[in-house]
Amino acid sequence: MSLNIFMQQLVNAASLGSLYALLAIGYTMVYGILRLINFAHGDIFMLSTYIAFYAMTSFLLPWYISFAIAIILTILFGILLERGAYRPLRNSPRISIMISAIAASFLIENLAIVIFGGRPKAFPSVPAFSKIISISGVSTSSISVIIPIVTFIVLILLGYIVNQTKMGMAMRAVSKDYEAARLMGINVNTVISFTFGIGSGLAAIGGVMWGLKYPQLIPLMGLMPGLKCFIAAVVGGIGDIKGAVIGGFILGFGEIMIVAVSAFLPYDLSGYRDAFAFVLLIAILLLKPSGIMGKSSVEKV
Amino acid sequence: MKRKISLFLVILLMTSAFLFGCGTSEPESEETGGEEEVIKIGVFEPFTGANAAGGALEKEGIELAHELYPEVLGKQVEVVYVDNKSDKVEAANAARNLVDKEQVAVVLGSWGSSFSMAAGPIYQEAQVPAIGTSCTNPLVTLGNEYYFRVCFIDSFQGVVMANYAYNEAGAEKIAIIQEISNDYSVALSQIFQNEFIELTGDENAIVSVSNYNTGDQDFTAQLTSIKELGADAIFAPGNFTESALLMKQAKELGIDIPFLGADTWETPEVIDIGGDAVEGAVFSTFFDSAVPLTDETTVFLDAYKAKYGEDKEPAAVTALAYDAYILALDAIERAGSTEGPAIRDALAATENFPGAAGIVTLDENGDAVKSAIIKTIENGEFTYKSTVEPF
Repeated sequence: MSLNIFMQQLVNAASLGSLYALLAIGYTMVYGILRLINFAHGDIFMLSTYIAFYAMTSFLLPWYISFAIAIILTILFGILLERGAYRPLRNSPRISIMISAIAASFLIENLAIVIFGGRPKAFPSVPAFSKIISISGVSTSSISVIIPIVTFIVLILLGYIVNQTKMGMAMRAVSKDYEAARLMGINVNTVISFTFGIGSGLAAIGGVMWGLKYPQLIPLMGLMPGLKCFIAAVVGGIGDIKGAVIGGFILGFGEIMIVAVSAFLPYDLSGYRDAFAFVLLIAILLLKPSGIMGKSSVEKV
Repeated sequence: MKRKISLFLVILLMTSAFLFGCGTSEPESEETGGEEEVIKIGVFEPFTGANAAGGALEKEGIELAHELYPEVLGKQVEVVYVDNKSDKVEAANAARNLVDKEQVAVVLGSWGSSFSMAAGPIYQEAQVPAIGTSCTNPLVTLGNEYYFRVCFIDSFQGVVMANYAYNEAGAEKIAIIQEISNDYSVALSQIFQNEFIELTGDENAIVSVSNYNTGDQDFTAQLTSIKELGADAIFAPGNFTESALLMKQAKELGIDIPFLGADTWETPEVIDIGGDAVEGAVFSTFFDSAVPLTDETTVFLDAYKAKYGEDKEPAAVTALAYDAYILALDAIERAGSTEGPAIRDALAATENFPGAAGIVTLDENGDAVKSAIIKTIENGEFTYKSTVEPF
């Protein structure tokens, strides 16, 4: 592999890994607070790209307003979803709320097929993001460079919110001990809504950038990325934000590198790219079930 | 906790038993409602999922044909549409639905060979003849005496594209990117490879074969690997959405060698999604309105323009779907009955049937022997390039 090709693959992997990381954080935050795997997270991601698409094509809004609208509406939708599908079940057995999450996912997907139609739509291209940048043989579109930068900024902001603000402290408290936090006067409902809002907001930022990089919208587009980012969250240690970012990048790099390396192997592995995520999941569950950053906790039965 | 899970499973089992119970009783009540008044033709297409655009284009053709020819044997024709959801498992379910519940006389479809192959055995077992619209994989009809098709097959199409690559595009080295989970793409790429190696006489004429999966959106890794292999062109048969993204990403990575593909690329989505990046892509297809083939072509074109507007050009698969419908009617007419085996025999005997997309003569496997059209994308439009006669 020449240095050029290697650098090119690194750029490819960094932008894919960033997108996975953004989505994985949403899974991990919700799990950290509620011990719930939000199966509808991938579909929230899908909705955000459709909202941005319609804002740009039907309402002819400029891209920055469209993206802002997409992020705000997606945050609201995430909060509504929690209100409608998860809050009523908060004191039920965990299996009920998980089934509710799966149902919400199917509902959103099928509604999207009915409302948006089954045919793929082309995400409008924004000239500022589709410029082709070429530096000494490494060529990529500007969005691929912007994605890791935006992800980095968002992560710093998120770190600030979680570690420095009062709301962040409340979030950490709720994730440590839900009942005790409530006894200490923390409004748990607000904290949970806030968490869903942030998770959905990150999914929307990821979704809009996904649309710019892979300009093809279908109602089931959230399915595979959702599944993979859930795996990324588990690999990193579900409940841990740093872990989700690490998991997302491992997944992105792994996927790109399995294809890159297979060009030099006698047997072609590029078709097994999707399998990488699942093999990784099995491996991590066997070797370190709590994930890379996860602390092993003793479950009291 | 364990008790709760087992309780949940028990409830699940009970409800599903109840649901299935309902399912089996349904057809009986259906049979009593005199179904002799109409003749049902089933349409088996992907209306949702990754291949939805293909299904939509073929539906246009079938709707048009149904409007022009609504009757056969003095009875009304009812067209029953089922969605195979661009999924092989769902395809089998959809086929069962047509055969068991709807009890159609003939099935038309599908766009996408994988779905036809998943459904083929079901039609064969139920003795319901099926007419493929644009499923080009040789295995669709091979060994299945109830599956026919109005399009050519990939053993022809792959050879056409290999010849184009060598003779017209002047390519010596080719890189292949195939959709590994798609029977159509894999077979086509194999046929192309064999023919291209034979043409060049060079064992290493195919510099690389890389894979992707249906629904993938990121192809940067595969494309980057190809970048320095010195290929003159990339042959990338596959679904239109993936192919459009593939060409777009190739351009972003600075790869500017031509892309070659096949019939699936002729959907508006390729141009919408691909934009500038798909300019100059060359592919083979079935039909072009610029070269009318039969009297039926004129009938089809006039009706199409009247329905969808003067400046809209029909896609090749729309014409094929139209042909599948009129061929089905013709076969029912010739058979004089709606019995599966009778229609099958009539279909097998099809010779010189004038369709919109050319004369249909079915060979011993039930495949149409037809010429191929080579098209390119120029200024955001599919443009006719040349015609290749069957060998």
